[in-house]
Amino acid sequence: MEGGSNDATSVKVSARDLDVFYGSTQALHGISLDARANRVTALIGPSGCGKSTFLRSINRMNDLIPGMRRQGRILLDGADIHDPGVDVVDLRRRVGMVFQRSNPFPKSIYENVSYGPRIHGVSDRGTLDEIVRTTLEQAALWDEVKDRLGASALSLSGGQQQRLCIARALAVEPEVLLMDEPASALDPLATARIEELIHELKERYTILIVTHNMQQAARVSDTTAYFYLGRLVEVGPTAQIFTNPAKQETEDYITGRFG
Amino acid sequence: MSSSPAGRRTATTAVASAASESRRRAARRAERLFGAVVRTAAFAAILAIVLIFVFVGREALPLLRQGQAPGHGEEIVSWASLAGPTTYPDRPPRYVWQPVSAVPKYNLLPLVVGTLKTTLVAILFAGPLAVLAAILTSEFAPRWVSQVVKPTIELLAGIPSVVLGFFALMVLATWLQGLLGVRYRLNALTAGIGLGLAVIPIIYTVAEDALAAVPRSYREASYALGASRWETAVRIVVPAALPGIFAGVALGFGRAVGETMIVLMASGNAALATWPLTDSVRTLSATIAAELGEVVFGGPHYRVLFLLGVLLFVFTFAVNLAGELTVRRLRERLGGRA
Repeated sequence: MEGGSNDATSVKVSARDLDVFYGSTQALHGISLDARANRVTALIGPSGCGKSTFLRSINRMNDLIPGMRRQGRILLDGADIHDPGVDVVDLRRRVGMVFQRSNPFPKSIYENVSYGPRIHGVSDRGTLDEIVRTTLEQAALWDEVKDRLGASALSLSGGQQQRLCIARALAVEPEVLLMDEPASALDPLATARIEELIHELKERYTILIVTHNMQQAARVSDTTAYFYLGRLVEVGPTAQIFTNPAKQETEDYITGRFG
Repeated sequence: MSSSPAGRRTATTAVASAASESRRRAARRAERLFGAVVRTAAFAAILAIVLIFVFVGREALPLLRQGQAPGHGEEIVSWASLAGPTTYPDRPPRYVWQPVSAVPKYNLLPLVVGTLKTTLVAILFAGPLAVLAAILTSEFAPRWVSQVVKPTIELLAGIPSVVLGFFALMVLATWLQGLLGVRYRLNALTAGIGLGLAVIPIIYTVAEDALAAVPRSYREASYALGASRWETAVRIVVPAALPGIFAGVALGFGRAVGETMIVLMASGNAALATWPLTDSVRTLSATIAAELGEVVFGGPHYRVLFLLGVLLFVFTFAVNLAGELTVRRLRERLGGRA
């Protein structure tokens, strides 16, 4: 497996000494981590280790949590996402997110996908039709739903709903895709489809994925970062992390000795 | 330990099974008893409602049998006089409710019009206010504002309707007269707004619950796509809560139709079948309240008042049914997940 730190692609997302506090508890301690363009970066670690917090810092979803405080920087294409001049709306358009539990809106399939483009000002029906078709194709859902775009999104199966959520995120043409355990609520077959999809999507997007599933991280990612108790323990090419980790802690977790 | 392990094991198993057997039996008995109590209570409630309807309907029934009320042969209340206008030799025909008169006139139209007018005003006044307040407190206002506004509105529900009626009669009527320069202080508008005060907490509470029940994940998904709070509220949260909001409005409508004291005090009680909202009106409920105590038992007037009761019953039932069906349709359209 190629990839890793001496890889040719540019750094897309970069955290520098990131601390995050919820009230008086510190959730992240000085995280410095790079995610490269067109690569999949997996964040692994036991529950409560801060990997989701880190993920949600990248599109500033944590801003919505009362009592959240942050120090340090996150750079997107070298520009600090916390600069006063940065529009959160624009940031979230560039950095899409897929959640752990599929959460389609209680609307039609078509409306779900077109919601993002609409709020960003696309109103032409033809353009919207085109966006809906191409993003559903990218999310490998088009063939299954093309005849019932007007049906409720909640009538889809769990795996289809999650792919719909991916299509919805892709519809605003993001550059980075954050996935918070996107397959944890799915059966093995649906999980396989999502993983396949991640593999295809990385040609166009920078992907960061949080997962509890070691095999999944090993299968889909190029770089793996191991978090423990709010600290980044180790980061490196996935092959190396899984076969020959530098730290004993990492090895213990990966081999299932704890966590 | 001299006793054999095997023997001890059987003994303990026997004790355990005996104990659990009796416990199981007791649990089953308690469960059956509880089920019976719940069933009886539910059945009694339904029975009470059915009996009320049967009683009211039975008192009005002689009217529907088209003819004379039993025991009082002197008067006939025909369908034509209930529904159609009274004709005069020297004046144009009019719809008149004038039950105490040399020739009693029992036309229902003025009362139905009065009820519809006050109810309409109440819903148009209270609906938007209550729904907007619910959206404000659940989506936009800082927590401390919600913590003040919510209990305050809910407190409105605890105010006796006679107090609201008093307020409408004394204060609201004067304000509105000053504001609009209307001729009569007590009219459909005054009564409707007073009624609205009683309806606001009902719609607000139900709508607020519906909005609060919208999963956080919908909001997160919307924010993650770059939507603002406003866009998220208007395009995602409110549509998702629409069945609940609608249920609140239907419930408020039912209350407005049946509410009596406020309209009795603030509507002017003149049975006029006219269009302007600033005319006095007399509602079905207020008519029953004001007249039932003074009618001849079993007489035509008495029967007609019970017919008004049936009408109210049918009215609220129809509203609730329509509301329920609409809510169900909306839910199905949203995907069937409650």
